[in-house]
Amino acid sequence: MQNYLEFEKPLAEIEGKAEELRAMARANSEMDVEKEAAALDAKADKMLRELYAELTPWRKCQVARHPNRPHCMDYVNRLFTDFMPLAGDRNFADDHAVIGGLARLEDRPVMVIGHEKGHDTKTRIERNFGMARPEGYRKAIRLMDLADRFRLPVVTLVDTPGAYPGKGAEERGQSEAIARSTERCLSIGVPLVSVIIGEGGSGGAVAFATADRLVMLEHSIYSVISPEGCASILWKDAEKMREAAEALRLTAQDLKALGVIDRIVKEPVGGAQRARDAAIDAVGRSIVELLEELSGKDGKALRDARRQKFLDMGSKGLAA
Amino acid sequence: MNWISNYVRPKINSLFSRREVPENLWTKCSECGTMLFHRELADNLMVCTNCDHHMAITPRERFASLFDGGVYTEVKVPAPVTDPLHFKDQKRYPDRMKAAQKSTGEEEAMLVAEGEIGRTPIVAAAQDFSFMGGSMGMYVGNAIIAAAQRAVKLKRPLVLFSAAGGARMQEGILSLMQMPRTTVAVQMLKEAGLPYIVVLTHPTTGGVTASYAMLGDVHIAEPNALICFAGPRVIEQTIREKLPEGFQRAEYLLDHGMLDRVTHRSQMRAELITLTRMLTGLPPEVKGDLPPPSIGPDAETAPELPAAVENAEPAKAGAKTAGDAAAAKPVTAKSAKPAADAKDKGTAK
Ligand SMILES: [Zn+2]
Repeated sequence: MQNYLEFEKPLAEIEGKAEELRAMARANSEMDVEKEAAALDAKADKMLRELYAELTPWRKCQVARHPNRPHCMDYVNRLFTDFMPLAGDRNFADDHAVIGGLARLEDRPVMVIGHEKGHDTKTRIERNFGMARPEGYRKAIRLMDLADRFRLPVVTLVDTPGAYPGKGAEERGQSEAIARSTERCLSIGVPLVSVIIGEGGSGGAVAFATADRLVMLEHSIYSVISPEGCASILWKDAEKMREAAEALRLTAQDLKALGVIDRIVKEPVGGAQRARDAAIDAVGRSIVELLEELSGKDGKALRDARRQKFLDMGSKGLAA
Repeated sequence: MNWISNYVRPKINSLFSRREVPENLWTKCSECGTMLFHRELADNLMVCTNCDHHMAITPRERFASLFDGGVYTEVKVPAPVTDPLHFKDQKRYPDRMKAAQKSTGEEEAMLVAEGEIGRTPIVAAAQDFSFMGGSMGMYVGNAIIAAAQRAVKLKRPLVLFSAAGGARMQEGILSLMQMPRTTVAVQMLKEAGLPYIVVLTHPTTGGVTASYAMLGDVHIAEPNALICFAGPRVIEQTIREKLPEGFQRAEYLLDHGMLDRVTHRSQMRAELITLTRMLTGLPPEVKGDLPPPSIGPDAETAPELPAAVENAEPAKAGAKTAGDAAAAKPVTAKSAKPAADAKDKGTAK
């Protein structure tokens, strides 16, 4: 069952009609609807291509947050073997919004860390909608240390609306945890490849995405603030999120032009949510290629280049 | 430091700064409502004489009271690309910038300087909350990197005064990228074995707290400063319950282990001197130490001060008005030299 986004409503109608026709034909073998249904399919396919060829920034935000979009665990299950989840920050708790552990990527052992949003009501609550608490960042720090000590590359999968704005999270040092996680990203002497698979929400994303190579899926977003939050502050009206999404330059395409990300992975037509396996496989190929590119470099060279990359970042703006 | 800059200059400076402060200005304490005579308030480091509330203080006012005799030399900050995203909300970003520059008389939201505190050479950086809420964009990032590089070059501690509502939204993702950029700056200091002391002032929130403000060797906060990642209003909306009294204030953070100390502004300078001297292995400060003209520079307490800095004209202390910007330019240009010479534009060590 496809979940349709608001801007996909016309598409939903056509696809719904085709589905109805076929259902009728199944109930009544006398009917021949295939020709008519195929025409509707073609029409839907054309509309889908057109819609996704030119998604506005706000529509990209909606796609990036699509409930059927593959999430962190979907990538882990399909791309990696021998996944061995490792839990806890050794201080307070295990944060279920962040998964992490050892796994093999094409037989090569790596450390994989990511935000997990959950896929139904129960798991979404369990995962806190992908909003990590300090324990999640501290678990990530611990796992990055582990990877560093045993010379294993780190792969991070970023998909979070942001760090959790809660009372306990603040009391236990949300800021400090994020700052230290970012710092650890910049200090480890092993390759670090990060992919933004959905939402890259502010500091909560930076803590994992400060990488040697940063990849974004074609319709994912990465932003200092949500468009709704930005709209309510700068426009004093949360309904101006379309304008804010535009102004913030949060799309993969703008971020590539700004030199903030290194690569865009194309999504299947209609977004990763329509062809999940194909999207996951495309991300997998990119991770393998980038790890290959980084392999063989010593720790200091990696670290120096990573830091230099961030020092140089922002030296040019968007073309006028 | 020679006698002129240490003794005569401050007197001249104080004459200047006196003239710039409007004589008949009254300020209302935002905490207790008492009307305070501006001159008196400024002399009290912008702390309410009635209720001890710590009001915002500009970087220049802070530096004037922090550095010996109010003497410091500005460290030049490389200018970033203007309006990199062509950002427009209800106003254009360049227009907002111009308005902030006009109202503050400052170029941007952070000031970096080098000088001595209690004859201890340091580099200091202070964020200016009056400039677009102190927000962290490319300039603030560049300022922190320049401060760290200068500190590494001179082998001095860096003392950073934070004050910001967070990242500057008008620079979008590039403001967010100041989190890793400033973290690299902190790493430069750590790897050079230099102390990095953060003084968190009201308010320090968002991406600023979640990067350089929480990575200090020592964290000192001013009393009652709001220090947080997510603001109290956002949290109340999320968890739908009332937050406890004093939540996310300096004393609360001290209780929860996020700070080393909460220190009254009037004691801050003395504590910073004591701390930096111990961390850099210097002997205790000699109180009231002011050498007579014949003695000249003390080789032991000011070992790293290069001649170029020694001769640089010290920046004028005290509040700077918009009209004064031109007068301050030559100082900036001169003090810029040493920093500009360091053309190793941020090679991480
Ligand atoms: Zn008061």
